[in-house]
This record gives sequence, structure tokens and C-alpha cells, in this order.
Amino acid sequence: MTAYERVTAARDKKRSTSLDFINGIFDDFLEMHGDRRFADDKAIITGIAYLNNIPVTVIGIEKGHSIRERSMRNFGSSHPEGYRKALRQMKLAEKFNRPVICFVDTSGAYCGIGAEERGQGQAIAENLMEMSTLKTPIISIIIGEGGSGGALGLAVANEVWMLENATYSVISPEGCASILWKDSAKAPEAAECLKLTAQDLLELKIIDKIIAEGDLLIDGLRSQLVTSLEMYSKMKTEELTDHRYNRFREIGN
Amino acid sequence: MRFRKPKNALEGHGRTAPGVSDIVEDSAIPCVKCKKTLAADELENEKFVCPYCRHHYKMNARMRIHMIADTGTFNEFDKDMAPRNILDFPEYDEKLETARLQSSESDSVICGECVVGGIKVAVFAMESSFMMGSMGSVAGEKITRTFEHALKENIPVIGYALSGGARMQEGMVSLMQMAKTSGAVKRHSDAGNLYICILTDPTTGGVTASFAMEADIILAEPNALIGFAGPRVIEQTIRKKLPSGFQRSEFQLEHGFIDQIVYRKRQKAYLTQLLQMHTHKN
Ligand SMILES: [Zn+2]
Repeated sequence: MTAYERVTAARDKKRSTSLDFINGIFDDFLEMHGDRRFADDKAIITGIAYLNNIPVTVIGIEKGHSIRERSMRNFGSSHPEGYRKALRQMKLAEKFNRPVICFVDTSGAYCGIGAEERGQGQAIAENLMEMSTLKTPIISIIIGEGGSGGALGLAVANEVWMLENATYSVISPEGCASILWKDSAKAPEAAECLKLTAQDLLELKIIDKIIAEGDLLIDGLRSQLVTSLEMYSKMKTEELTDHRYNRFREIGN
Repeated sequence: MRFRKPKNALEGHGRTAPGVSDIVEDSAIPCVKCKKTLAADELENEKFVCPYCRHHYKMNARMRIHMIADTGTFNEFDKDMAPRNILDFPEYDEKLETARLQSSESDSVICGECVVGGIKVAVFAMESSFMMGSMGSVAGEKITRTFEHALKENIPVIGYALSGGARMQEGMVSLMQMAKTSGAVKRHSDAGNLYICILTDPTTGGVTASFAMEADIILAEPNALIGFAGPRVIEQTIRKKLPSGFQRSEFQLEHGFIDQIVYRKRQKAYLTQLLQMHTHKN
């Protein structure tokens, strides 16, 4: 598959969304709403569930399937309150010693008047800063589109995994093509240049693991999450936060 | 030669505002805002602020540091750290070469240590004439090292932010610099150290969504464009024209995202007072 074919696959409306993964992998998910400051952002779902009988905090950017649901979810583009809601749940996870699992699937954080008025940049920045020292294990999985800062706002983790047809990019291929060649139709060429596929990003050590897609996806993910979280749960707090710091510290040094 | 202002500060290519060399070439120029005639040396003496309407022109990163540092105290770190075309990205080598010639710098940020009003600080300043202050691996690494150094020395950090965002030509390596710098800011902060960031025109994208918005005290120059998304991208998304003043410093102050707008000529005295207030031993 070419890079752009993966971009198309990652954006496919029939592709599994965060809710599909949450319902498939965990038991007894209880959704928790709101950032306690402004609103409940429906583009980000947060809550508590059991993973193999262990309580975990689950956060996912949700695009929705039907037209009605996609519109209600703002097509998976969160406003600042989505990032603040996620951070609130992460802080509770830290307080109650629950691991955090994030599912990332967004074309990017929303660009609009309200988003800017309420500090989109500040909200993402705060997540990056707070997640870097959160005293509980974090695993983030890019399941579809990993759109720039809006994806990173939920991906400062001990491990970042990517589904084999997911993409993770600093800019959309269309945006890149229109800057480079003043022609967004050249997105396929731009997609190659950006090195946004799971394979490219594994080689660049931006991600830690590629998850094979197919019939065994859900069961495979569950067992890999169980194994990894067992390992991280044994780490001392400082070891855990140092591990996360060093993971990002080594990129581009 | 006249002052040239792009329609949108983020769309500018290369030099978007007068540099020192422009001014030397031409002795009198009209202010872009109030149109009053400015003598070249007058503008430089005024720290590139129009003495009539107080319009803040661009100022290069090195000048900003020298403006706040006590004379002769600036000690630069990693001056020659230069980016490589890690992804073999088209036209990046040429863009870097142009940026080096335009700015006489090896990347978009200058870092080091200096003394401000008698207090030792770590300092960084971002340079607009180097690829619009975009953050790639070098900027991320240098800023991270600056915070790590300040943590080791237990000294404050003062930073001048300016950026078009993460540097596209380094792909995801650039995006990861947001997480890397944020981690370093957090460790410096958790140890009880002060970080002051001054946002200048423009501060956008991945820099806004990381270290620029993570300071204990966030200041801004007047009328600086400060935001996550650039105005052009927002207009395309919402298919409406943005109101005037949107995302400017005064807007950010009104919405609670910055602590104060500080005119350039007052910055050294203002920073000195803040530093003194944070080093006071009861
Ligand atoms: Zn003027």
C-alpha cells in the first residue's frame, strides 16, 4: 500500500472508531462527562472500565459512524474542553492509581472561533506538560488519523502504538501539498514525503509498536495491553515518569 | 525601500519586516501604521518601535536578548547546532540555505545564559527570518537543553516565543519536539523554578500548543498574533471572515490567556522586577 492509500484507509468512514475499540476490549465501561469548566466535548469520550478485571481510565477521540453521529462528534475534532476533560480524567486516574489508555483518531484539533477564544493551544500545551509527569502508566494507540497537535494532546505516553493502516502526521498531506506545490491535489506525493505511516514512524522511533489489523485485532490489542500494563505497573513512579520523559527526550537529539 | 507588510504575517516569505540592513540603505521611511516619517537610526534607537504610534516592528532574536541582558553577560549555548534533512524532504536543503543567509543563524532559536538586572537566567529567543521561527529538531533540542540547564542551576528561564509552528520538513520529528520541550518545562517547574515567556508576533501552531503557553507568567508584545490555528486556516474552516483584532495580544488578554501586555521598551525593567519578586528571601 502507498502512503496515500493508508491515508484513505485511515479516514474510511467504515473504519472502527474509538467506541468500537472501547466496547470490544474492555468490560463495564462507564462514561464520564465534562471538563467542569465549560462543556462536555462530544468529540472526546472518557470513562472508567475493566481491562481483565483491572480498573483503567479510557479516553478516546470519537468520529462516529452515521452522518448524525459524526456531526454530533464534530467529526472527531475536539475543542479545548475535550482536552481539558481528558486531563481531568487523567488526574483522577493518577489519584486512584489507574493506568490510562488513549485511542487517537482525529484529523486535528478543531480550528474555529470558539476553539481559539477558549485556548486550544493552551489546552493542548497543558496536556503535554501534565502527561509528561503523570504518575500512572499511559499507553496511546493511534487507531485511524493522528492529526498533528490534536493527536499529540492525548499521546504523551510510555508507549505509542499504531494500527498498521493508521497515519500520524505533523500536517495533513493536502495541507503540505498546498504549501509545497500550491496544489492540494498532490497530496499523494506529500504523503510519501511526510513519513506518516506506521512502518516509517517505527523506523524513526516515533512509535513503539505496529498493531496488525484483521479479525484478531481486538483480542490481540487486549492481550498486548494486559501484558504491557502489567510490566509498567511494576515500575516505581519515578522510573515510570523517567521512562516517559526519556522516550520523547531521545527524539531528534 | 519601504516597509513591506504581508497580508497575513504567516504568509510572509523570507523577510517580512525591515531588518537593520534595509534601514541602513534608506535614511527615511514612512511608518506602516501611522505613515509618519521615521529616520532609520531613530527606529533602531527606539528598539524598532515607532515613536509616534508605538507600532512594534520585528526585532531579531539576538537583539532581543541583548536588549534584556546586562551588558556583556550573554553566553550562548549550542550556537552551531544545525539541522539535517533527516526525511530527505523536497526543497528542505535549499530552504535551510536561504534561511541561513537571511538570518545569519544556524536555526530558528538562540539559547544561552545571561544576567538580567543582576539575576542570572537561562534565555531563549526565536528568529523570524529563519523559516518563520518554525520548530524542528534543533529548536526542540536547544530549548530542552536550556530548561535542563536551568533546572540543574536552579535559575529562571526567560523566553521570547515567535513561530509559524512545527517545521513540516522534519515531519513527525518536529511534532515530537512539542512533547520533548513540554517535559523539560514541567521538570524545571516542578523544582520550583520560574519561567517567563514573552509572546511576539506571530506565535502560532505547535509552539503555542507547547512551551509558549506553559510559562508561569505569559507576557506579550502589543498587537502580536497569538493562536493555535492561523487565521487563514480558520477562515477556510468556518468560511467566514474573522473579526479584526481576533487572536491579537489584546484579545488573548481579554480571554484570560496572557498575564500582561508589555511594551518593548519597558520589558527589561518589567522582567527585572518580576525576577526580583521571585528571588526575594523572606
Ligand atoms: Zn507609527
